[in-house]
Amino acid sequence: MRRRHFLTLSANSLGGFLVYSLDRKASLLSAQHKPIRVPLRFFTEAEALIVAAAASRILPSDESGPGAREAGVAIFIDRQLAGPYGRDRFRYTQPPFEDAPRELGYQGSATPRQIYRDGLKGLQGFHFLAPAAQDEALRKIESTMFFSLLRQNTIEGMFCDPLHGGNAGMVGWQLIGFPGPRMSNFDEIEKYYGKAFRPKPVSLRQATGSKVRPSEDEP
Amino acid sequence: MKTLPAVDAVIVGGGWAGLLMAKELAQRTSLNIVVLERGPSRRASDYSTDMDELDYAIRFRMMQDLSKETVTLRHDAARRALPLRQHGAFLPGSGVGGSGEHWNAQVPRFLPDCFELLTKTSEKYGANALPESHAVRDWGITYNELEPYYTRVDKLLGTSGQAGNIRGKLLDGGNIFEGWRSEAYPTPPTKMPYFSVLFRDAAKSLGYHPYPAPSANISQTYTNPDGISRGGCTYCGFCARFGCMVGAKAQPTNLLLPVIEKRSNVTLRAGAWVRRILFDAVSKPAAARGVSYVASSGDEIFQPASLVFLASWTFNNTRFLLLSGIGEPYDPATGRGTVGSNLTHQVTVGAATAFFDRPLNRFMGSGSAGVLFSDFDRDDLDRSGLNFMRGGYFGARGYGFQPIGAFGVLPNSIKATWGSEWKKAAISCYDRTATIGFAGEHLAYKTNFMDLDPVYKDALGDPLLRLTLDWRDNERKMAAFATPIAVQVARAMGAREINPFPGLHSYDATHYNSTHIQGGTIMGDSPAHSVVSPYLQHWQLPNLFILGGSTFPQNASANPTPTVLAFVYRAADAIVDRYLKHPGPLA
Ligand SMILES: Cc1cc2nc3c(=O)[nH]c(=O)nc-3n(C[C@H](O)[C@H](O)[C@H](O)COP(=O)(O)OP(=O)(O)OC[C@H]3O[C@@H](n4cnc5c(N)ncnc54)[C@H](O)[C@@H]3O)c2cc1C
Ligand code: SF4
Repeated sequence: MRRRHFLTLSANSLGGFLVYSLDRKASLLSAQHKPIRVPLRFFTEAEALIVAAAASRILPSDESGPGAREAGVAIFIDRQLAGPYGRDRFRYTQPPFEDAPRELGYQGSATPRQIYRDGLKGLQGFHFLAPAAQDEALRKIESTMFFSLLRQNTIEGMFCDPLHGGNAGMVGWQLIGFPGPRMSNFDEIEKYYGKAFRPKPVSLRQATGSKVRPSEDEP
Repeated sequence: MKTLPAVDAVIVGGGWAGLLMAKELAQRTSLNIVVLERGPSRRASDYSTDMDELDYAIRFRMMQDLSKETVTLRHDAARRALPLRQHGAFLPGSGVGGSGEHWNAQVPRFLPDCFELLTKTSEKYGANALPESHAVRDWGITYNELEPYYTRVDKLLGTSGQAGNIRGKLLDGGNIFEGWRSEAYPTPPTKMPYFSVLFRDAAKSLGYHPYPAPSANISQTYTNPDGISRGGCTYCGFCARFGCMVGAKAQPTNLLLPVIEKRSNVTLRAGAWVRRILFDAVSKPAAARGVSYVASSGDEIFQPASLVFLASWTFNNTRFLLLSGIGEPYDPATGRGTVGSNLTHQVTVGAATAFFDRPLNRFMGSGSAGVLFSDFDRDDLDRSGLNFMRGGYFGARGYGFQPIGAFGVLPNSIKATWGSEWKKAAISCYDRTATIGFAGEHLAYKTNFMDLDPVYKDALGDPLLRLTLDWRDNERKMAAFATPIAVQVARAMGAREINPFPGLHSYDATHYNSTHIQGGTIMGDSPAHSVVSPYLQHWQLPNLFILGGSTFPQNASANPTPTVLAFVYRAADAIVDRYLKHPGPLA
């Protein structure tokens, strides 16, 4: 059995409701009142802190709005890695593994889990660095498979349906004006030509009223 | 191996082609039919909670499980092929309904000349007009012979659109460059996303002839000749890569399965992974005896049958013949053999990505709602000044864009790929960006083909299919020709900045192209160059029929499924009306 690890998220860091001032400056109304401790499925606490910090440099919380931190991206990535995606359940992983031209896609044997574990070893203490030093450290690994996974997974965690543990409070969707799953746009599709139509986001569970099971919870 | 009681017909693959054949035979005969499908069973009602981009569009929940089986690829025969370890250029489905569950439902027809491409291009442009080392062939059938079956397909699907040519009468607002059709579309065009309307107006102002894309995501309630009713599309946008939660998208589970399930003479076995066709070479004529498969229990089973239908899509249709030793494998060195030849894909490129000042509301749309123009996709195209053969159509579709896939597409002027500057630009571009697509014909070449991989195996230990595939000058020049036209249209649409398509180089398996891959078991008018006749009947084993795009000698610009289905209807007619009375060659 692995020792239980938790990631503690402070009250004002997670989820919330986005409001825009007249000059389109976004501010977040916090939804949480006290810190929450989220049990980790794959990362150690130290790893989760590094991933959270690195994801925050990819999608920072800044004047253009909330970022990976408020969306809970580290929690999302932890669950993905613990699930079938993390262990390459659906990838062809038979040997021999050979180098290939770029057009044939990733040919390595390492799973996302292994790529993260190895990649994180090179970022020890990352979360204690100042933002500029963090950016410098990430620039050094920009061309690695680890970074490209981290970047992709950060985007996923920012904009996925909240049922996957990311996009907390649908902050990602609020940021870009995506309403989530809507059963019908029949009356609106031709009505808003040239004008923004921004219905309040709803999640899949809210829209369908059913407890949808995400793939990461499947065996 | 356990042997089951013999049946009249076994159908391998429960996608569009296999289930349409099952439906036709079930409705019109009392044959005892078994359909074997490797994937899970699916029903139209499964899709009420599937609107989750991550699991469906990014993690590919409905697609083939590559851990069990994939294909290998190399760019030319001198290189070593490697497996495509993750999904990329194409997304084959698995499970009842096949790719027809998660498809886009764009349903144009092929141009008349496509079916007689070798003859027509030589007649019109000279014997040497086709590029060196092409393997272009006639199909052994004409558009006029196929037209009634296309019309049946439109009625089956309830296709929404506006006709441009009814029996030779050209109609404004439709596609006036396509072949004649005997009737108008069953339902009117779909509603249009804003981006498509901008495109339509710009194309018109430049003298092109835009028209609403024909769509099997239907515009309004429709009841088809089988009595199946579907409601209209709601433009939810969770369409391609998803099943439709309201049943507006034509899918095998909502159009074919309900008919099949009412008949007692069809059994559908999901989780049945077919491995071989067994055949008798000494009987006269030679005959298929049935197929062997591994059931979900792990048992090896032999299902004997009097009629065998392969409908397992291009790759496995070809692989089964190669694995079973049926016919002569194609050898590119000598040009001998037919099985595996004429592998074609499609010249699908994002010709111009345009960035606007205005919001586009891109989350509203469907897999096929949009506007196209075909001024460069016509049989009578004036080729003076063009350095390539054939052509393709331009389109602006509103698929219904979702954030994981669409976030971060930025003008070339922005270099950052992460961090604050990138994030700010990506937020502002998110709903102001769209791509004008181009889809062009892919000619067949002697150098593009399929055979068995000598190294890599599937989960059962059978060799994977190996693709030898690359673009050639004709495709590169076609894409280079299309790009400035799309840029010009984007400019006329008022785009603030435009990323032109950077050019076609080597075949790239990492980016989605389309799941329109054809060839391997092609049809033709003689066994010397083809595997099946235009009735889809195997030349040597007359009780074996091969359904699907594997029978296309080369690919057209248009999406293939209406053509696949038209040939299935035609084969079903010939089987019911003639073969069952007098088993033997139909052609
Ligand atoms: C994302 C996407 C979008 C598309 N959009 C369009 C579009 O807009 N317009 C269009 O015309 N076409 C489109 N297509 C293509 C279209 O889906 C196919 O042309 C069509 O589904 C082909 O039908 P088929 O029955 O030949 O093959 P499939 O639908 O692929 O069915 C083949 C079936 O055979 C089964 N099978 C394979 N191997 C075995 C085996 N060993 N044992 C048992 N069963 C097996 C598979 O699991 C599958 O269910 C799209 C495809 C995709 C993936
Ligand atoms: S866009 Fe239309 S056809 Fe497509 S899934 Fe939604 S309702 Fe169905």
